[in-house]
This record gives sequence, C-alpha cells and structure tokens, in this order.
Amino acid sequence: MTTTATVRPGDTAPGAASAVGLSTTELAAVRADFPLLERTVRGGQPLVYLDSAATSQKPQVVLDTEVDFYEQRNAAVHRGAHQLAEEATEAFEQARAAVAAFVGADEGEIVWQPGATAAINVVAYAFSNASLGRGGEAAVRFRLAPGDEIVVTEAEHHANLVPWQELCARTGAVLRWIPVTDDGRLDLADLDRIVTERTKVLAFGHVSNVTGAVAPVATLVAAARRVGALTVLDACQSVPNMPVDFHELGVDFAAFSGHKMLGPTGVGALYGRRELLEAMPPTVTGGSMVEVVTMESTTYAPPPQRFEAGTQMVAQTVGMGCAAQYLGELGMAGVAQHETELAAEMLKIADIPGVRVIGPLDTADRLAVVSFVVDGVHAHDVGQVLDDKGIAVRVGHHCAQPLHRRFGVAATARASASVYTTVEEVVAFREALAGVRAFFGAE
Amino acid sequence: MSTLEQMYQQVILDHAKHPVGRGLVDLPSADQGHLAGESHQVNPTCGDEVTLRVDVTPEGSVAGVSWEGQGCSISQASVSVMTTLVEGAPLAEVARLDRLFHDLMSSRGKGLGDDDAEDALGDATAFTGVSQYPARIKCALLGWAALKDSLARSGALATS
Repeated sequence: MTTTATVRPGDTAPGAASAVGLSTTELAAVRADFPLLERTVRGGQPLVYLDSAATSQKPQVVLDTEVDFYEQRNAAVHRGAHQLAEEATEAFEQARAAVAAFVGADEGEIVWQPGATAAINVVAYAFSNASLGRGGEAAVRFRLAPGDEIVVTEAEHHANLVPWQELCARTGAVLRWIPVTDDGRLDLADLDRIVTERTKVLAFGHVSNVTGAVAPVATLVAAARRVGALTVLDACQSVPNMPVDFHELGVDFAAFSGHKMLGPTGVGALYGRRELLEAMPPTVTGGSMVEVVTMESTTYAPPPQRFEAGTQMVAQTVGMGCAAQYLGELGMAGVAQHETELAAEMLKIADIPGVRVIGPLDTADRLAVVSFVVDGVHAHDVGQVLDDKGIAVRVGHHCAQPLHRRFGVAATARASASVYTTVEEVVAFREALAGVRAFFGAE
Repeated sequence: MSTLEQMYQQVILDHAKHPVGRGLVDLPSADQGHLAGESHQVNPTCGDEVTLRVDVTPEGSVAGVSWEGQGCSISQASVSVMTTLVEGAPLAEVARLDRLFHDLMSSRGKGLGDDDAEDALGDATAFTGVSQYPARIKCALLGWAALKDSLARSGALATS
C-alpha cells in the first residue's frame, strides 16, 4: 500500500497531505482478513458494520496469534525458569515493544492494563495516593490539595471524566472544563482563563467518540506546560484510525484500548513518560509488582511492572501487539486518508431532510465518527430501522452524557468506520437512513 | 409482515404520535381519601425516561395516570397503551396486567397463546413483536416499572 504522505499528528488534519487511502484491491484484501465481515444478519443480508468506534472487528491473524499463544506458549510471565515461561515472557514483552513502536513510545513507557478506563484510573488513583503522602518526595508532582484544579473538556467520554470527578471528591481539588462550540469542536476562547497556575492535570480526548473531532493537542499541551500541569490523553479513538506518536505529541500520559484497534477485549495500555512513571506511586498492589516484601513493608518494582499487579492477560497482550503490527504494516497515514474519505461520504447524510449531524460538517481535523439525530424519530428507532437492513450503528449517549446535554439531545445515532469499512457500505447506510422518517410517518 | 413491521405495529406508531395521558396532572390531596404516588424511571443505556403519577381511589382502583417522558417510540407508546389499560382498573387487575405484559415481553415473539390473557392486554399485545428484540424489551417495560413504583410509593399496595 502507498503511504507517501507524512501525516503529522497534533493540530494537523489526518491525511491532510496528499496521502492515498486504500485502493479497491487493498481494501478487498483487508476485508478478507476479517472473518466476521463475511457473516450475514437479519435474514441473510450482508453485514454493514458501522460501529467500530464502540469496538472493532478482529483480523484472523490476531485471533490466530491468541490461539497460538494458548496452544504453544501458555505460561505465567516474569517468573519460573522453564522454557514455556521464557517463551511466554518473550511474547508478552515483544507485544509491548510492538505497541510501543506503534504509538511512538519507548518500551518501558507502555503499561499493560485491562483497558483504557483502567489505565486512566491508574493515573487518577496515583494522584490520590501521592496526595496521601505515598511515593514520597519523588511523587510531589502528583500531590493535590484543596484549591488545585483538574481540567477536562465537555466532550469527554465518561471514562475520562468520572475518574477525575472522583479524584476531586477525594482530594478537594476542583474540576473545570473546556466547553464545546456549536459545531462540536473544543472552544479555546477562554483557554488561558481555564488552564491556570492552579491547574495540575489537563485531561482530554484526542478524538471525540461522538463528534469525531480531533483535539488541538499541540495547543492544549502548550497551555498545560505553561502552568506546569500534567496532560492525560484519551487516545482510544485516535490510535486505531490515524498516526499517533506520543513523544511527538508531547503528552505526559495516554490511554488506549486493544479492542478498538483490531485487538482483543480485556487489554489496553497506559502510556506514561518514563520519568513520570518512575515517580508515580502504584495503585493496584499485590504480586509481581514488588521488589522486597517483609511483614512490615514493601518496596516496588520499577515501571512498567510496578503498575502490573497480579497475573496479566498475556494472551490478550500478545493479540494487541499483533493488532498494532497489522495496522503498522497497513500504514496509518493511508488508514487516516481512508477515514477522511469515509467521513466525507458519511457527512452527506446532512443533506437528508430532517437529519442533523452533531459535530463538524467538514472533514478537516475529524475522523469517520458521525453522530446524528433525525427530526421526529428517536435514535433507538433510527437504529432499529437501519438494523433491519443489516446496518449496525450505535444508539444512545455513547458514554458522553454531558456532551449530549450540551446539544440538547438525550440520544444520538452514530456511524463509525474502521480500516475495513467501504464507501459502498456508507452509501447503503445513507440510503437506508433516507427512508427512516417515512417509515415513522414523520412530517 | 417483516419482523420490523411486526415490531412497529400501526397501533404503536399511533400511540407514539398521539400519546394518552401525557402531561403531568397535579396529584389529589390526601384528605379526599385518595392515595397518590409518583415515580421517575430511566433507561440508562439510551437515556429514555418517564415520570409517572398515579391516583388511587379509596376503594383501591386507579383513578388516573398521567406522565411525562422522552424516549423511543416503543417506550412512549407503551406508557400510553398502559395508561388506557389501567385507568379505572382495580389494583388486583393492574397487578395481573403487569404480570401478563412481562410474560408477553419474555415470549420471544410468540405471544401468550392464551386468548383470555391477550384479550385483557388489548392493544398491548401489539408489543409482541418487540419481544423478538432483547435490546428493546426494556423500552417497553419502562412505563410499567414507573407504574409499579408509583403505586408502591403511594402506599396503595400495602392497603389493598
């Protein structure tokens, strides 16, 4: 596949340069890698899967890699002197290296977690523990006191909102947020009044799982750095769909999940800048994350093991590493360009009478995640009619109730794409959507 | 009829468009011997919600139901149909209808296979098709949950 363009993450549009997306042949080859896409639904109709922002489908190679691990290498990692333990540990660490290389991180900066939600909670609870004095002087950057502030955005997924609300409740810190404009972008007009000397954490999503808008990472990171705040990036929607390089983005922490990037469920990763992970106190404690344990006290292993207590989900990590490799070989610049093409096709739904898109109507700095409402028809009913044609979309608030409240809607329907999504599928979706209002007799 | 049409029967679409009982009515004062209760129910997965008030006569019958809500056509139509069924009904009959409707929703599209029961449910049998869609059963049950809870809160269930 051709990946001639250099798409820089951050403030630049995904695929804004003259990148070539996926050719018809390449796309057909990609689709052939995904066994589930061959099945039919609702009475023998082809499946049109437009719910990849919720979870992606998995290529055969990821499934095979997991099975192969169980069939050939299964053992506990980082303990035991037998050959299987060696091989399992090697697979586990190779997967870490693959994921690290994929997101522009060093190996020691990737911590396995059961998912992105868990990863964000690790950081939030580390602040909690540091605020109680854990981690000593090294962890001073993680200490919060009443009057300190944590800044999020109105567009956050609950996973990057509720943990910070809870952290505020535990420490007396105050939660503030960056509002959202009418077209679903972050409103940075008052950024300097929101991110101030009191700000200790600035947590935000790289790409909104509702509007598809890409956040201006460079601007936000610069604002945080000016005041010495740490940045936490929810990268769940960006990592599967566009080139992401955490070093280049300059964020302090990032979280992303395996299952949205063609990998298995039950695994995700926390990225942390090495010096910060080294200074950060552990949250989940127990076996495997220690150095010396006496009855009185314990010293902790260096990162990443310090944050990987208990037996790890090794097969899933190996699967996630394989998924990272699969996407890396496909080339993320081309994937991003493919997304931009699909976003343009999806956004044509705005021309259907009664359909209103929640989010940007242009393809600059946005991915193929398009949420919408249909006048006079509830999102659930929209989803049901599409489902009757074999078209799978998400309906509801997509774990972003405040953002839906901001737009005065309780629920939206959402179409989202992945590497295997075709223009033909988006056209089928548009055609089915055009018939929804007539079905319900909406005027 | 396609399964989609089985789900969205005309009677459901009509009730969704012209709901019965929508618009909250002030609850009667206790000195009239009536019991009254209010309940707010939410379906957290989709944000559907209903606030329902019930007014029970001293003799233990439903004097009136009023409600306000937002949500999909299934949830809104179901509250509306339920309102027509339970107004004027003794509480024992309301309990029976609630049980029958729950049975219908567990029938996976087969219906109750009992003419007496289906006669009692009247228009509510139109929701048989909904029971083929596990994700939508909760929508149909939202109003019934609000009625049950508001009756419990009214104290009428303890005395009947």
